[in-house]
Amino acid sequence: MIEIGLGHYLSLGAIIFFLGVMGIFLNRKNVIVILMSIELILLSVNINLISFSIFSGDIVGQIFTMLILTVAAAEAAIGLAIIVVYYRNRGSIRVEDIHGMKG
Amino acid sequence: MILNLNIMLPEVFLTLSIFGILMIGVFVRNSFSLVFNLTTAIILITIAIILNSPNNAEKIFLESFIRDNFSNFFKVLILISTLFVLNSSKAFIFDNKINKFEYPIIILISILGMFFMLSSNDLILFYLGLEMQSLALYILASIDRDNTRSTESGLKYFVLSALSSGLLLYGCSLLYGFTGTTNFEQIADQLNKENTGSIFAMVFILVGLAFKVSAVPFHMWTPDVYEGAPTSITSFFAVVPKVAGLALLIKFMLIPFKNILFEWQSIIIFISIASMILGAVAAIVQKNIKRLLAYSSIGHIGYALAGVATGVLPGYESTIVYITIYVVMNIGAFSCLYLMKKDGEYRENISDLSGISKKHPILAFSFLIILFSLAGIPPLAGFFAKFYIFAAVLEQEMYVLAIVGLLTTVISAFYYLKVIKTIYFDDSSIIFDPIKNKIAQITVLISCSILISFFLYPSFLNNIVNTLFVQ
Repeated sequence: MIEIGLGHYLSLGAIIFFLGVMGIFLNRKNVIVILMSIELILLSVNINLISFSIFSGDIVGQIFTMLILTVAAAEAAIGLAIIVVYYRNRGSIRVEDIHGMKG
Repeated sequence: MILNLNIMLPEVFLTLSIFGILMIGVFVRNSFSLVFNLTTAIILITIAIILNSPNNAEKIFLESFIRDNFSNFFKVLILISTLFVLNSSKAFIFDNKINKFEYPIIILISILGMFFMLSSNDLILFYLGLEMQSLALYILASIDRDNTRSTESGLKYFVLSALSSGLLLYGCSLLYGFTGTTNFEQIADQLNKENTGSIFAMVFILVGLAFKVSAVPFHMWTPDVYEGAPTSITSFFAVVPKVAGLALLIKFMLIPFKNILFEWQSIIIFISIASMILGAVAAIVQKNIKRLLAYSSIGHIGYALAGVATGVLPGYESTIVYITIYVVMNIGAFSCLYLMKKDGEYRENISDLSGISKKHPILAFSFLIILFSLAGIPPLAGFFAKFYIFAAVLEQEMYVLAIVGLLTTVISAFYYLKVIKTIYFDDSSIIFDPIKNKIAQITVLISCSILISFFLYPSFLNNIVNTLFVQ
């Protein structure tokens, strides 16, 4: 039986963070997936903060997590709103269609 | 408690007035002009409150909020530049039918976020301020919601900015983990060269901040957002968030990272050199004035970062002088764009400027002064800004940075002079509509007269900046 320690939690956080970043760069299909990847990044930060907070016995990390959850919700709301207005103008939210300006 | 609230009076006042004008905006019909004028009044009152506050540094709320000369200077700079940006663009807002009452309110909200960011002495407050600012900026970029380009620029800005604040936040979490605290001063005590994990955290935080000031390699959003967003928003983007972002970079070097300056410095030197080179080279082929200004602002941020890279107080002071003059130049440049109207449509291509010196000598002359100043030609203010930066850099014997800076100044002079050549020597093809936007004219006049007369008493700004770092 292995003891699950801080390192494991941090690895989990790092893996999720990496998945989120890769999701933004590798995704060519849909902007909603990018929104989900951003949420993933914020959640990985939360995992980090909570595990640091538990293992160091300091409560500030958990308070920080609460605030990040709020910010993530606001960010998702604004992101979806921008996607909706963009869809109304362009009729598509495929990532490869977003190239109105170049240079 | 009341004492504490007095210390953060500008923020409290701004918050309550935002609530107030939001109510007015919702319940009064066609309230754009009313809300707009109230916003101007609120900005003026907030400036007065900040200027009347005592000079000593005070920390409140478990030392998470700090009021000092440094943050006060930047707050006043932000407010004054917003005042000019907003008022000079009022006619533009009406002409483009983006006169929704939310417009000035969202600008105030982003300013409030910047205030908290500038006054933060704690990772949590810093992050919340940064997000408040960015969330407001996402909406501003896509405020012209029936325009494909505006919404596209909003979408691009949202995705990239959210990614960068995610990276920054990851850095914050690592910093909290490695130091066990979120307070800047305690972080500074904990961080030292042996703490290798903190280098990781530092890099992530630097990525987030470099994105906010649009330094290379995190500049991808700048040209697209500048071009796509309405010009009135672009001028806000070009000026205000950059000031706040640079102030934060300096603050991070002054307090939390002061013991690991060496590692931090080498990254900033790289970013600075890359920004200067890209800003000079990529602008040459641009045809749109807003895109040109975007690349020129990337280059200017490169110079400002060169001052930050020195890692000493005279370097930071030269950066602050630089960014202040940059603000004056950019407000002038964008106000000129508000005067280029043809058949009710605003023109923004360089070819539209060809030969305007014959029909519009005053506009052409303003462009001449602002572009010469951006290029750094003496005796205009832009020259002094660059001069102080190079003096500070050479004092630290960072010759590579200085040489690259001088070379890119020469290269960037080429495209500024090319625009001036278009204005003065090409064939005339266009006559703009008669100018009705008096405030934009006044703004151009103020900006140009500051740029011309700066050499008479250059130490005026220096004397103010010198007092910022006194505790």
